[in-house]
Amino acid sequence: MSAQTATLKSKQELIEKWSQPEVITGSEMLLRSLVLEGVECVFGYPGGAVLYIYDAMYGFSDFHHVLTRHEQGAIHAADGYARSTGKVGVVIATSGPGATNLVTGIATAYMDSVPLVIITGNVATSLIGTDAFQEADIVGITLPITKHSYQVRNVEDLPRIIHEAFHIANTGRKGPVLIDIPKDVSAQKGLFKPCKEVNLRGYNPTIHPNMKQVDKMLRAIEEAERPLLLVGGGAIHSGAFEELYEFVTKTEIPITTTLLGIGAFPSGHELHIGLPGMHGNWGANMAIQNADLLINIGARFDDRVTGRLDRFAPKAKIVHIDIDPAEIGKNVPTDVPIVGDVKTVLQTVNRSVKRAAKADAWRAQLREWKAQRPFTYNDSDTELKPQWVVQMIHETTKGDAIVTTDVGQHQMWVAQFYPFNKPRSMITSGGLGTMGFGFPSAIGAQIGNPGRTVVSINGDGGMQMCAQELAVCAIHNIPVKVAILNNQVLGMVRQWQEIIYDNRYSHIDLAGSPDFVKLAEAYGVKGFRASNKEEARKAWEAALAHPGPAVVEFVVSKYENVYPMVTPGSAIDEMILGDGE
Amino acid sequence: MRRHTISILVNDQPGVLQRVAGLFGRRGFNIESITVGASEEPGLSRMVIVTTGDSRTLEQIQKQLYKLIDVIKVVDISATPMVARELGLIKVDAEPSKRPEILGIVDTFRAAVVDIGASTMIVQVVGDTEKIDAMVELLKPYGIRELTRTGVTAMTRGNR
Repeated sequence: MSAQTATLKSKQELIEKWSQPEVITGSEMLLRSLVLEGVECVFGYPGGAVLYIYDAMYGFSDFHHVLTRHEQGAIHAADGYARSTGKVGVVIATSGPGATNLVTGIATAYMDSVPLVIITGNVATSLIGTDAFQEADIVGITLPITKHSYQVRNVEDLPRIIHEAFHIANTGRKGPVLIDIPKDVSAQKGLFKPCKEVNLRGYNPTIHPNMKQVDKMLRAIEEAERPLLLVGGGAIHSGAFEELYEFVTKTEIPITTTLLGIGAFPSGHELHIGLPGMHGNWGANMAIQNADLLINIGARFDDRVTGRLDRFAPKAKIVHIDIDPAEIGKNVPTDVPIVGDVKTVLQTVNRSVKRAAKADAWRAQLREWKAQRPFTYNDSDTELKPQWVVQMIHETTKGDAIVTTDVGQHQMWVAQFYPFNKPRSMITSGGLGTMGFGFPSAIGAQIGNPGRTVVSINGDGGMQMCAQELAVCAIHNIPVKVAILNNQVLGMVRQWQEIIYDNRYSHIDLAGSPDFVKLAEAYGVKGFRASNKEEARKAWEAALAHPGPAVVEFVVSKYENVYPMVTPGSAIDEMILGDGE
Repeated sequence: MRRHTISILVNDQPGVLQRVAGLFGRRGFNIESITVGASEEPGLSRMVIVTTGDSRTLEQIQKQLYKLIDVIKVVDISATPMVARELGLIKVDAEPSKRPEILGIVDTFRAAVVDIGASTMIVQVVGDTEKIDAMVELLKPYGIRELTRTGVTAMTRGNR
């Protein structure tokens, strides 16, 4: 990969080369426009309706194309690339099944506000609407899960549409934008004029906050005796790490970070109280329920965070900072609405905000609560515990890896036992909860961050939903370190069936899974297996030391549950505490 | 729960009706009627949607609509004095012996007869929703063969 990177010309050179007006095909326009948008890498899978596009890519070296083994792998990889770099992820797929295979990935990105540009081919304009071979109305199918979408009818619209798509995807509340290109449009020639301006009357995200509301927030901070921050993915999307750090250290307001907000603030900091919500720590949930001022910064009061809504933060005045006005007041009635970009809002606030002076008793209380009941589990000498594995991975990567997760128990254990100190380091499908996301997203994260250790932690269920992408790791020598916490069961479903469905274990047994070491090796990827602590550490260290990709299967205990747990319908201070308690 | 009449200025793009109607559907907002047509500005269309909901629902409807890139402006015109009109066509059984009575009703409503067949008439009535409801009620005893209504279109009064 590094050799390929060297062949990329300097940006300026490329921009000059591709900025000249010229009569070219739609496919060539697409490639040039992508280069002009600064695209370095696209993930894709060819097929009939994108043959002209792939023909134009033959020998094209101004960005990389990564051929995945399934379109779903491609879009999750593009998503991992986008989340870990802050740049727009790009994916290309053909019409019909190629496009519909992207749907889960589009919805995943939409729920978590990830900027993607999705290029799909479609049948020729003359065939649209005739149920032609491999025709699907992908624009219609994806209307509810895209920020915006286009079907290109005129080749000369392409440069404008692509420029608009990148602008829309990566500004305001970010999200996926789909561009559907009928086959004849990709073949047709037209005059290529690079588009440099965006003129969208209906799209003007509010960046700067209303000063009246900011003043209200400042006053609320002054008066608060029990202030608390709830920080979500918006803080990371807006790149507000330094501003948030300044805000917290100036005000000394204790902070909780949601699943998607993990890394927005160093979790080792004494003011960091933890993770709120269904599997959050006791201290964080108690903090929310007792706060008299809750400042939400770029989180959306998701039901996994709030638990029972009518008993959420019952004593708190609510301040909500969000770039999407529709999030404010959607779930929780808000006292001080602040629409704006988190970074810009905090810059504004930081100019005049002061230490929350009345909150000393509260700070002491929260320190005590945090220490009183940290995340815990019953370790064992005979069985390998998944939580221990996550802690071991944290220790051996010095807490500095990019970690992608799949969805389920292991995802929560990563949130609980792998403390992060940097943004864009915990890559996880929070909103949609997409199994199969963990591994391919690591491929994208590694491509976007060649210098960092990228670890993908998966369950044995989710790993089998996109395992085919091991081929991509092997061929391009993408050194992702894949951990599989194999408990031979769909663990989170098992946990719910145990606790809520009276031990009626219905269809959760994953017996019959492949030997993951052999599976890795079948793709030419180094494989390891470990069943006890000693083996686990040894295998994991060997995997980290190995220069290429590696898979480590950890055979872990089957009956482990994620605690604390707030069952659906309960308020978040009604937690089931763990066995370790 | 209140009835709201929302006027939405949108780009005249393929699929824009689908985007707006789909948004209402998937977020559980009710549509009582929807009309679409050209606006005063080339390239833009205006939709008028009649919906019901409390003030929080209405706020969400407006905010969610603004998230659509093709939506330029959203106004709850029922919050201000407005003119709201719809048109109804009613095909009513009208044997020659009954016609004078029906014509009497039509005159009173300042409606019009726009077609006469051997035993039917088509009555065209324009007005607010209540007026058309009333007209329909009065014609029911004669036998309504077919009824079609445009849905409400509306604008604010005065200089706004």
